[in-house]
Amino acid sequence: MLSYIIRRMLLLPIILIGVTFLIFCVFSLLSPMERLATYVRDPNTLKSPQSAERLIAKYHLDEPFPLGYINWLGRMVRLDLGWSQTANQSVADAIKQRFPATLELVLYSIIPVILIGIWLGVISAVHHNDMLDQTIRVTAIIGWSLPTFIFGLFVLFIFYGILGWFPPGRLSAWAQDIVYTGNFTSYTHLITVDALLNGNIPIFLDALRHLIAPIITLSYISWAFLLRITRSSMLDTLRKDYIRTARAKGVDEHTVIHLHAKRNALIPVTTIAGMMIIGMLGGVMITETVFTFPGLGFWAAQSAQQLDYGTVISFALLFSTIMVVGNLVVDLSYALIDPRVRLG
Amino acid sequence: MNRILKKLFSNGTSLIGIILLVFFIIIAIFAPAITPPLSDDPYQIPRMSWDINPQPPGSLMSDDMKEIYGFLEKEVKWEKAICGTAEGGYDIFYGLIWGTRTAFKIGIITVFISMLIGIILGSISAYFGGWIDEILMRITDIFLSFPFLVAAMVLTTVLGRGLDKVMIALISFGWMGYARLIRGSILSTKEETYVMAAKALGVSDTKIIWKHLLPNTIFPVMVQGSMNIGSMVITAAALSFLGVGAPVGYADWGQMVSFARNWIIGSPGHAGQYWYAVFYPGIFIVLFVLSWNLIGDTLRDILDPRLRGEL
Repeated sequence: MLSYIIRRMLLLPIILIGVTFLIFCVFSLLSPMERLATYVRDPNTLKSPQSAERLIAKYHLDEPFPLGYINWLGRMVRLDLGWSQTANQSVADAIKQRFPATLELVLYSIIPVILIGIWLGVISAVHHNDMLDQTIRVTAIIGWSLPTFIFGLFVLFIFYGILGWFPPGRLSAWAQDIVYTGNFTSYTHLITVDALLNGNIPIFLDALRHLIAPIITLSYISWAFLLRITRSSMLDTLRKDYIRTARAKGVDEHTVIHLHAKRNALIPVTTIAGMMIIGMLGGVMITETVFTFPGLGFWAAQSAQQLDYGTVISFALLFSTIMVVGNLVVDLSYALIDPRVRLG
Repeated sequence: MNRILKKLFSNGTSLIGIILLVFFIIIAIFAPAITPPLSDDPYQIPRMSWDINPQPPGSLMSDDMKEIYGFLEKEVKWEKAICGTAEGGYDIFYGLIWGTRTAFKIGIITVFISMLIGIILGSISAYFGGWIDEILMRITDIFLSFPFLVAAMVLTTVLGRGLDKVMIALISFGWMGYARLIRGSILSTKEETYVMAAKALGVSDTKIIWKHLLPNTIFPVMVQGSMNIGSMVITAAALSFLGVGAPVGYADWGQMVSFARNWIIGSPGHAGQYWYAVFYPGIFIVLFVLSWNLIGDTLRDILDPRLRGEL
């Protein structure tokens, strides 16, 4: 167990270096001029060849590959990520400003993933192969086949176009006035939390109203997937000898399912749930674009369209780092949860 | 093999999948007969008018457009937009039909090439073991450290717009699953006596891998591949939706949805006025992906030895 943890910890820096190296390789596909554009604030400075050459030398963009990589990595570590033309501010500042919105969205999306995914999965397994199971299963496959952007547009159409309940964006105009200019203290930059800390219920409700549709869109693929995992894990466990023993002893069905089977069946599910939550990072781009939700994903998509390379590269760096660290946490927690691994 | 085919056809869900798939194959094959192209590049959706707003199903080609096609010496064999037109007068029906070919092209080419890369790397890794295995698997880990959509988007942005760039990006970050899968099954097969016997007889490594190990381990990988065709098509469509995939006017369902998304709400008081601009390409993507997933889901249940005899 301890050796496993140590091995994983030692691998972390190797993987992170590999990830940055791969990103640098992709970055190097661009010409020095295109790479230079990611650092320059005013595009006009690139117009004269002399100043461009001077800047290319300044940022070490003409150096051979290994030196170029070390220089680039050094700048990234110092958080000198360049200038974002799309956000009109430095990439580091732009990330800092947009991160809380994305974090808030992802945190709330965990709730339906865990609750619906696991709950429906258990029901589906208990009613294996009858009508209810088939219905749940087919619904999950359909959910899984629906691309996020089509589902998101559908949600937007129903809840905003027809019903007018959940508008796009993060806050209504009146609420924006209060939050960004008025007498409102931002403690965490998660608007729902801040609103409660300020005791401002109308803002809280407004923020929540803007969150519901993106949450539905971001989470449904994850819970559809988790449902399938829970179902098969539960089916597997229900066929184990100790379950048959429990039933033969006359333990009532409710206890067998919820106390005996579910506990063991959910061990692999926790890992997958962790991976699903990390996996939602990819969906963030689509969801935020559909609902013009001002987070990291919306900004990254805009930057990609406008060929703002610096932003796109930093975005890849940020998300892959989160993913590497997140995967490590999930793996280690799995080792802690499962007694067979912990004691083995 | 016969047992599997029989189960695929007798299971309700997979039968629906097969019927859907046959429907799409027919459309893809007969695309030139259903909607003859009006330009030299058949994947360029013809325009029915210059209208900025989408036009409802059944609207006719405008006169000045007919004049242009006449001037280009193209014979206009149809002048009715059965499913309406998108922003800019692009014919939706044409895009749906030729988009089927695009979808098959994306799905099959990307899955085939990434499967090939995965199989080569995975079998080398498992067969030789040791430091080769260690290095190849760490490289796999590094590629797996990116959210798939994010990685594909970044690479497409850097490479530039276009369907070929999208496919390169999908392949670059799509091979890892196969490599791990084939490595796992070869690791368990390579200790079998017939492999040992071949080794003792002095058969070359390449020959052992190709003749003995792969035929016995490749089937689960191919099932996985068929299930991934749907998700590749979704990701390609998502890239088009984000604005880095196929160019505007290209017969690609994702591009068509993306193009129409500004119109989904409709004008004030007429919610859903332009439903057809999103609905038709949307339903085609969903059904296409669904057909692969329905077949794949049943295949997996059939091949899962733990569930054998329960379907």
